[in-house]
Amino acid sequence: MTKISYAQALVDGMRESMEEDKTISLVGTNVLGLGPQRPLIEKVRDDFPDRVFDPPCSEAGLASLGIGAAMAGARPIIDFGVGSFSLLAWCQLVAEAGVAHHMSGGQIKVPMVFTMLHGLRGGGGGQHSHSPQAMLWNNPGIEIVVPSTPKDVKGLFKAAVKSNNPTAIISHSRLLGVEGEVPEEDYFIELGIGDIKRPGKDISLIASSRSVITALEAAEILSGDGIEAEIVDLRTLSPLDKNIIIESVTKTGRAIVIDETNESCGVAAEISAIISEDAFSSLKSPIKRISRPNVPVPASPLLEECLDITAEKIVTAARELLES
Amino acid sequence: MTAKLNRPQSIKLYKDMVTIRAFEEEVRKMFSAGLAPGLVHLYSGQEAVGVGTCATLDKDDYIASHHRGHGHCIAKGSDITRLFAEIIGRRPGYSLGRGGSMHIHDPETGNLGTNGIVGGSVPLATGAALSAKLRGTGQVAISFFGDGVLNQGILFESLNMAALWSLPVVFVCENNGYGEFTEIDDVTAGRPYTKRGAAFDIPADKYDGMDVLVVYDAVSKAVERARKGKGPSFLIFDTYRYSGHSVGDKQEYKDEKERQLWEARDPIQKMAKLMVKMKLATKNDLKKMDEEINSTVVAAAKVAKKMPVPGADDLARHVYAP
Repeated sequence: MTKISYAQALVDGMRESMEEDKTISLVGTNVLGLGPQRPLIEKVRDDFPDRVFDPPCSEAGLASLGIGAAMAGARPIIDFGVGSFSLLAWCQLVAEAGVAHHMSGGQIKVPMVFTMLHGLRGGGGGQHSHSPQAMLWNNPGIEIVVPSTPKDVKGLFKAAVKSNNPTAIISHSRLLGVEGEVPEEDYFIELGIGDIKRPGKDISLIASSRSVITALEAAEILSGDGIEAEIVDLRTLSPLDKNIIIESVTKTGRAIVIDETNESCGVAAEISAIISEDAFSSLKSPIKRISRPNVPVPASPLLEECLDITAEKIVTAARELLES
Repeated sequence: MTAKLNRPQSIKLYKDMVTIRAFEEEVRKMFSAGLAPGLVHLYSGQEAVGVGTCATLDKDDYIASHHRGHGHCIAKGSDITRLFAEIIGRRPGYSLGRGGSMHIHDPETGNLGTNGIVGGSVPLATGAALSAKLRGTGQVAISFFGDGVLNQGILFESLNMAALWSLPVVFVCENNGYGEFTEIDDVTAGRPYTKRGAAFDIPADKYDGMDVLVVYDAVSKAVERARKGKGPSFLIFDTYRYSGHSVGDKQEYKDEKERQLWEARDPIQKMAKLMVKMKLATKNDLKKMDEEINSTVVAAAKVAKKMPVPGADDLARHVYAP
């Protein structure tokens, strides 16, 4: 095991995949945003100069360029940079990429990856802070990957580029510099398999992306109170590992669903509905959601902070549920 | 091409156009009988563009089509029975009967699909061209689109990338004068419209889309250029749709005189006259061909109508590829 950053792991996954499969190309190079990790992507350009494209600001055209290329035998990675920019390509994502396989009776395949950064990033404001995964999840035909650790992003990336479906890899801006252990040997993580990041018996904290890291901090604090929280990392929303959710909630009887998408029709709302339908009889208390309140993200640091999901918010909610 | 036109070539072009006309007539009947779900947009009148274009292509070249796309499928070599079946939602149709008129896909003939998104074909064909270039296959991609797309932003995004990266794609605009029920000139600034291609240094020109040989010549040059790695071309073909936006459109917004003028330039009649004049076929030969094609098409429609519809158990299949 070596300890590397999330950004490095993502780049490693990309480079190893491009090494293995010559049909993979990268269109767009803001995969790691504009922060201190940005230069890491240059290694991909250096290694594969003929397969890395710096595109114009044309998100809709780019998305469908990638879709057309994928339909015609290539495996492109289309990078939107900031997830908010994927909204410019919404028609292409949901009404071309997502439907092509089904609409063609299984004849057309769209084997490609979309990369983007999501979430509160510090001053992103209302137009650079979206977490599009819930909106995307509302559309069939697209796979959605929301990793939380360096190990997961590398393994999931390598699986995503092998998938024959359009797959969105949505990374949290604030995870890029977070370090973690990554296996040295070659590996990949199958899409649709969740992960228990910390076992526990008293309450299930179900999370994805950066919320997993926040939930782990909360679990540490709760452990000091003698409360053992189980952290369920969804890792992918589509396909979704329903079993891992149901098994955990059946064991603990209590669930907090933590996610940075907006509360209305968000990831936490969907997971809560699944628990209500499939594990209702195991519940000892109501399900609690901790998600982004239904307000646009302000650029003001103080106001933005109010929207952030913190370990403190999770700890408070967990204590309330256990006392109820 | 006129000077060098030989008998087999002329017959192929003529037959493909007649097949499309006959096919669309059957589709009209099917729709009127309530057999086709949604809307159907007929290609009658525009045959020369699709046939002239596809005649320049190899089987593995790509086309991406639009909502008025039955003609492109036929010209690229799809089977008419399966096309009928798809349009009326039958299980043996190209897309298992779930796609319908606007979502017919036939990758075997390089057809990435008819498409219900205005301008959808433009970036898809550009992407297919990128794939061909990356894989070094020498394939080209054709984007068929209507005049309405001249005002879609994604056209400009795609033209830019195609020019920037010298992609082997030919943009084929079929200007039938109307975007749905609106005259194109009423809603479009920047004339001539070829300037849209020229703005990106893409060779751009306008041609008679009612003459299959004119189309063939223009597209041939563009395809050759693309295959040589010299990049995209932007071609506008002036043409006319006889049947309105979709079946049922009474076309009250059209002037009767305008219709007569265009019908006098009918691409099939034009080709027929030329073939007789050049002694490539007699009037009687053509009449025979027409009759044979008509009976083949009618028989195919009959077969398609007897095909089964998909079962409800089919619904969730193919949401994700294995």
